[in-house]
Amino acid sequence: MEAERLPILEMKGISIEFPGVKALQKVDLRLFPGEVHALMGQNGAGKSTLIKALTGVHSLDAGHVELAGRTIAPASPLEAQQLGISTVYQEVNLCPNLTVAENIFIGRQPMRFGRILWKQLNADAKAALAKLNIDIDVTQPLSVYSVAVQQMVAIARALDVSAKVLILDEPTSSLDESEVALLFTVLRQLRHEGLAILFVTHFLDQTYQLSDRITVLRNGELVGEYKAVDLPKLKLIEKMIGREVELNTGRKDVAETGSGADGTGPALLEACGLARKGALQPFDLAIHPGEILGLAGLLGSGRTELARLLFGADRADRGTLKLDGQPIVFGAPRQAIHRGIGFCPEDRKTDGIIGALTVRENIILALQANRGMFRRLSGKKQMEIADRYIRMLAIKTSSTEQAAGKLSGGNQQKVILARWLATDPRFLILDEPTRGIDVGAKSEIMDLVLSLAKAGMAILFISSELEEVVRCCNRVAVLRDRVKIAELQGASVDEQTILQTIAKG
Amino acid sequence: MPRSIPTLFRKLTSAKLFWPLMALAVLLLFNLVFTRGFFHISIKDGHLYGSLIDVLNRAAPLMLISIGLTLVIATSGIDISVGAVVAISGALVAMLIGGTLVLKDGVQTYVTLVPMSVAMIVAVLASGATGLWNGFLVSRVGMQPIVATLILLTAGRGVAQLITSGQIITIYYKPYFFVGNGFLLGIPFSLYMVLALLLITIAVTRRTALGLFIESIGINPRASRMTGINAKNLLLLVYTFSAMCAGIAGLIVCSNVKSADGNNAGLYIEMDAILAVVLGGTSMSGGKFYLVGSVVGALIIQTLTTTIYSIGVPPEITLVVKAVVVFLVMMFQSSKFRSLVFGRSAKKVA
Repeated sequence: MEAERLPILEMKGISIEFPGVKALQKVDLRLFPGEVHALMGQNGAGKSTLIKALTGVHSLDAGHVELAGRTIAPASPLEAQQLGISTVYQEVNLCPNLTVAENIFIGRQPMRFGRILWKQLNADAKAALAKLNIDIDVTQPLSVYSVAVQQMVAIARALDVSAKVLILDEPTSSLDESEVALLFTVLRQLRHEGLAILFVTHFLDQTYQLSDRITVLRNGELVGEYKAVDLPKLKLIEKMIGREVELNTGRKDVAETGSGADGTGPALLEACGLARKGALQPFDLAIHPGEILGLAGLLGSGRTELARLLFGADRADRGTLKLDGQPIVFGAPRQAIHRGIGFCPEDRKTDGIIGALTVRENIILALQANRGMFRRLSGKKQMEIADRYIRMLAIKTSSTEQAAGKLSGGNQQKVILARWLATDPRFLILDEPTRGIDVGAKSEIMDLVLSLAKAGMAILFISSELEEVVRCCNRVAVLRDRVKIAELQGASVDEQTILQTIAKG
Repeated sequence: MPRSIPTLFRKLTSAKLFWPLMALAVLLLFNLVFTRGFFHISIKDGHLYGSLIDVLNRAAPLMLISIGLTLVIATSGIDISVGAVVAISGALVAMLIGGTLVLKDGVQTYVTLVPMSVAMIVAVLASGATGLWNGFLVSRVGMQPIVATLILLTAGRGVAQLITSGQIITIYYKPYFFVGNGFLLGIPFSLYMVLALLLITIAVTRRTALGLFIESIGINPRASRMTGINAKNLLLLVYTFSAMCAGIAGLIVCSNVKSADGNNAGLYIEMDAILAVVLGGTSMSGGKFYLVGSVVGALIIQTLTTTIYSIGVPPEITLVVKAVVVFLVMMFQSSKFRSLVFGRSAKKVA
């Protein structure tokens, strides 16, 4: 029976190239009516590119798309929607200041003699939402409703035009548990009605709650298509990261780190039940001087959110934080910095580099901010600091006066690292410090991290590269779906255990 | 050494101050040819007189405001309320000095309600308070700068008229005229005020880390916060400073016309000030700022205005002429435009 069912949508041999990058290579995707199909893969695997290929944002360099047996080539999302392929994007693409009804029908309002038929518009909107079991006042501005309801409105808008295929790109990333449940109820109902749903998410649990079929991408290539029941979670993770998990991964470097490395003794920073709604469930965490604490988990599992709470970049709404045993509240990063904490953020473009300032200015900025504006570092001192770190980290720049935004990604990362090292912190948070860096620079940074810990600095090391985490961390806290699910220590810190922990929870 | 000359030229033209100074030089050159006696400076009663001195003196309020506005624009903000603050400051100082002609035995005597220096300090401090309000709206309430300062732009003139009870207050207290019309060592007194403010501002922004922080906020506010810069208080500071500069300008404007007119004092000066800052090389999107550039920008605008009057452009098209010149100056500051116009010929030379 299974073999006789025909896919409603089939993508065959899709390849897309951007200048210098093969974003997709010969990828296939099949969507069946009445099924939820999960598209999985790590960041940069090509999930978004595939969706954009399907909805006409990107044009194909090779391959073709068939919808119900007919070859289609939509040139724009609008055309795709008219063909029956509707997309709800990650960020809700609606106008918060318009009413719910207007949002659903914007661009295709019922008209007569050039006038909008408001009564019909509102009635139609109500009917469209009723299909999703949502009963709200459609004449209210969208902004009065929660993000979950806004998501429903986005779905209602997508569905209204006789949709055959519904694509959801990370629909749950900004929803809390009850809102996710509500969304899933609606999606199950739509599946029951025969819609083909393509679901992109980072949350493994949600994948298994909802999906019938899973396609895995890695580095722009198709890994395979599987039935969800045939693919255990651990296998899925292996396929996403592209490696059979080996036993006995070497962790020889750990022994060389500093004295407090065993995770005992007085903690430098200690979090008790710290949490923030929509970001992270309550967690406990302690970090000691000279220790490298790893933070593992898939993307979107709450790693960055945890770091931001410790740094005061976001405010915790529950729980307490203790520094040297004394309760403390960080209302802004500058307070954390003043207490000797540094943070290399994951997104260096938006949160790190000040592009139009020079390399020198970028390096001394945190130190200067901490000293206050009146105790300005002299020009000579600034040059000294900049020169020292450019040499120490082997930053490739034409001079100290080069605009930092002009450097390559890896060198920008090093500039930000230099910025924090210049403040001589007691505790340094490194969020994906090796992302987008070539292999040589990667091991340089790893060596640096180890030597810093040896000198007594506490380090929180966040990385998607489990290999790196295993190599340098004494302890590893594991996060999944915005919950801290485990803390691994000593011999249990290897890739296999971390992955199994993420998978089973 | 044939190559060093083009290199030197490129270095020179890529310096931020080059094009504003160039524009000013072209304007002056134009006057040298077409306006008779533009460069003629004579000494009367120990004071310097002439068109050039006149331009400098008249540009004083605009230069003062441009200095303050430069810092606001560097944070990627904007302050369009400076004209209204000029009116408030003028109204306050006029009210405090008093608008009555006091005759004793048929001879005018110079009396004030409060001492003149107190009146001036109060006016500037009150202006600063209005700036504090702007800064509060921008940094604490999170309002967009143009909206936040639009409130004061609208309300400010109302406040000024409330202070003057809707009248134009005429000042008879002669010592106050010195602020806008007086001479010190032969040079207009207002220019000393501009020079002092410029030097102090340069010192405070460049001798401390203030300038670096302001630029940092203007370029990337999120990253600046992560670096530990207290953006909220800095914004509060620059808006307050901008309003205080406008307040000082208000003292000069009020002294120039010997009266306080809530409706017209400083009218549309915010537009000229924005223009001066942009002409001076500071980008509207914030970041690196050039205080001397802004002052040169203000001089360009005033020279242009004076030139248009003195060569007798018909009044109905003066604004058009002004617009065309400003447009050209702006275009020449864009390196894209220059390479578009001169690109080919420059390559041939090389």
